[in-house]
Amino acid sequence: MNVAIDTSAFTEEAYELLSELEDSLLELEASPTDQELISRVFRAMHTIKGSGAMFGFDAVAEFTHEVETVFDMARNGTIPVTKALIDLTLAARDQIRSMLDAAAGGEPANEANAKRIITGLRALSNKDGGAQTAPTAPQGKTQTKASPDEPNLFRIRFKPHQDIFSTGTNPLLLLNEIRELGECRIVANTESYPDFDSMDPETCYTAWEIFLTATVNENAIRDVFIFVEDECDLNIRLLDQESGMVDAPGKKIGQILVERGDINPQALEHALQPLGDRLVQAGAVSPDRVRAALTEQLVIQEKQEKKKATETTTSVRVPSEKLDTLVDLVGELVTMQARLNQTAGTLGDHTLQLIAEEVERLTAELRDNTMSIRMLTIDTTFNKFKRLVRDLSTELGKEIELVTAGGETELDKTVIDQLNDPLVHIIRNSIDHGVEPPDARRAKGKNPVGKITLAAIHSGASVLIRVEDDGAGLDAKKLRAKGIEKGLISPDDEMSEKEAFQLIFAAGFSTAAKITNVSGRGVGMDVVRRSIEGLRGSIDVNSTLGKGTTITLKLPLTLAIIEGLLVKVEGENYVLPLAAVEECVELSREDVHKAHGRHVINVRGEIIPYIRIRDRFEIEGTAPQIEQIVISEVDEKRIGFVVDNVIGQHQTVIKTLGKNFQHSEEFSGATILGNGDVALILDLNKMVRYVEDEETKETETL
Amino acid sequence: MAKTIMTVDDSSSVRQMVGMTLKGAGFTVVEAVDGADGLNKAKANTLDMVITDLNMPNMDGIALITALRALPNYKFTPIVMLTTESQATRKQEGKSAGATGWIVKPFKPEQLLDVVKKVLG
Repeated sequence: MNVAIDTSAFTEEAYELLSELEDSLLELEASPTDQELISRVFRAMHTIKGSGAMFGFDAVAEFTHEVETVFDMARNGTIPVTKALIDLTLAARDQIRSMLDAAAGGEPANEANAKRIITGLRALSNKDGGAQTAPTAPQGKTQTKASPDEPNLFRIRFKPHQDIFSTGTNPLLLLNEIRELGECRIVANTESYPDFDSMDPETCYTAWEIFLTATVNENAIRDVFIFVEDECDLNIRLLDQESGMVDAPGKKIGQILVERGDINPQALEHALQPLGDRLVQAGAVSPDRVRAALTEQLVIQEKQEKKKATETTTSVRVPSEKLDTLVDLVGELVTMQARLNQTAGTLGDHTLQLIAEEVERLTAELRDNTMSIRMLTIDTTFNKFKRLVRDLSTELGKEIELVTAGGETELDKTVIDQLNDPLVHIIRNSIDHGVEPPDARRAKGKNPVGKITLAAIHSGASVLIRVEDDGAGLDAKKLRAKGIEKGLISPDDEMSEKEAFQLIFAAGFSTAAKITNVSGRGVGMDVVRRSIEGLRGSIDVNSTLGKGTTITLKLPLTLAIIEGLLVKVEGENYVLPLAAVEECVELSREDVHKAHGRHVINVRGEIIPYIRIRDRFEIEGTAPQIEQIVISEVDEKRIGFVVDNVIGQHQTVIKTLGKNFQHSEEFSGATILGNGDVALILDLNKMVRYVEDEETKETETL
Repeated sequence: MAKTIMTVDDSSSVRQMVGMTLKGAGFTVVEAVDGADGLNKAKANTLDMVITDLNMPNMDGIALITALRALPNYKFTPIVMLTTESQATRKQEGKSAGATGWIVKPFKPEQLLDVVKKVLG
């Protein structure tokens, strides 16, 4: 259909733009905040991309698009102009050049190099987002660019040349197109209108000033005017960024009055009209320009107000004690509601039952809402570690990069607060014992820059926090030897790799050859484990020798509510955390007899030890003929807890025990049941450890 | 009333693609095989818009645009040129002759309709 495309015009233009680009970039390095320079770099990229796509240089266009996207963010102020950005952009510029050379018959461009540059740029543009949010390559020629979420306020001055109609252009259609971009106010400037007698209907006399509030970038606006670029004067300015525009330091009296709410903007406009009139009469300015200026003022004002309004509505600061009180009250309410339900059921009054059901629904909603208020994202905690990693690795002469993911994951404020110290400790360990010095890494063929990944993800009613390093990993043999040396295990103990890893959590265990500033300050992983368990969480370690170590923390979403299993022993109620419960089996007298007095039971071939709650808490009375064993997982072992009866699942608000009972560590709290009875919540980990300690002591004394 | 658009191109496949896209969008389509044919059909019909190729035998696109602009009926009619040509030279020539805009070949149907909407409303 057509002759071969003549691409020389494009390549010539592109080479010219590239050398311009280089100059601009070097200048930009000296003054990184110069908006005009940033725009110049951006425009050069934009033109290369646009023309490249038109002339079939798709690879060039695609590649340039990536660079342009990042620079667009720099232009919007979303990301700063850093040396890294300039370095990468310069590399990108060279890459484009070699791509053009390749098209002209030169050596093929290095694709790996292009990938590296793009990866670098993407990393700059979404520092926190991680790799999964990387944008996909554009398909069409006009593609969506990363635009800021907050709408921009543009002032567009559009003055078509008088002969614009002769190209069949209808300027009003362009205005309509602009209107589709966002909220828009348009002021027509008719100052060039001649007398009616000398007016030529084929001439365009009108100019327009458009105030556009939209979440688009300048390019989207320029695209609207693409066909008339040469047939009009077009001036687009981003008003927000101009100094003294939105956040004016020296405010006019009218402005202040409006801000104080003493008068509204319309009244101000009204009052200022005479000033404009006077200026017009003096011949200083045309009425249309005054109107445009007033509109500009109005639009900026509106934007300010909107900004203020969103700022005040998006968050309210409340002291956390108030929230705690609220949670307590909701807890009481939940309890009372349970009583109401029970009473309504007993009385059998249908109307009352309906009300009770409705109250139940509302209470549940209120409870969920209240709990969600206490939820915070974990990213602030994560961000703190960036500094820690940077400082510590420098101190130790290591190069380590911290990658975070899932910062938006929400956790109860209390959990987040108490998570800081354990995480600091784990990360310190990774930096100190995990990641090797650069030379050692190079010798092993690893990237000299080590990597620590800090990630949070939701998993049911828990949140998993993973600290992963690509360091040396744990050596099971060494751990075992150390365990024997420290007397933690006996030399003839058989142990799996997994069990050996668990040794790092044992009290008084440290494998570091020397004690450094960073870790090994006497606080071991045992303390970390205890604090995590204090949060009703668990900790797990996994490691591959030479590849790295992963430590996973499993934490409950909230500390205020517990999904529990309600059980009864004689008259007493107890709650076991449901997360740990695996199954319930019966314990008959016969079973007890078969075990010859030892506290074990055979469940489908597996021997499981058990603890009798009745004996443990010295509850008087006689056990029923058939008791129940609640089998739970504690420290990765299955252990049974013997009770009289299992009542059922029970979601409950935890109340801390009073000061007098703080030392009773076997309980993590208490809850009030529907009938007003109190049930104690068992801390299974602690209980098992107590029993084990006592048994060890008994054997020793024997 | 459906607006009428003329597509002028010596390539039947392009005419077909443009014609089908426009008909699909509810326009009436007039087809012309070269500039001279286009000029005759423009005189014989009332066109709301013209989409023309640039390189054609028997009067090329630029000449067609110039000729159309000289006719009182087509003084202000949107004329869009299809181009694979160098942006700096041919496109500029077309603009000077009075073209409203351009579409760069190859293009997708949606891109064509976007431009039609842009110049025709």
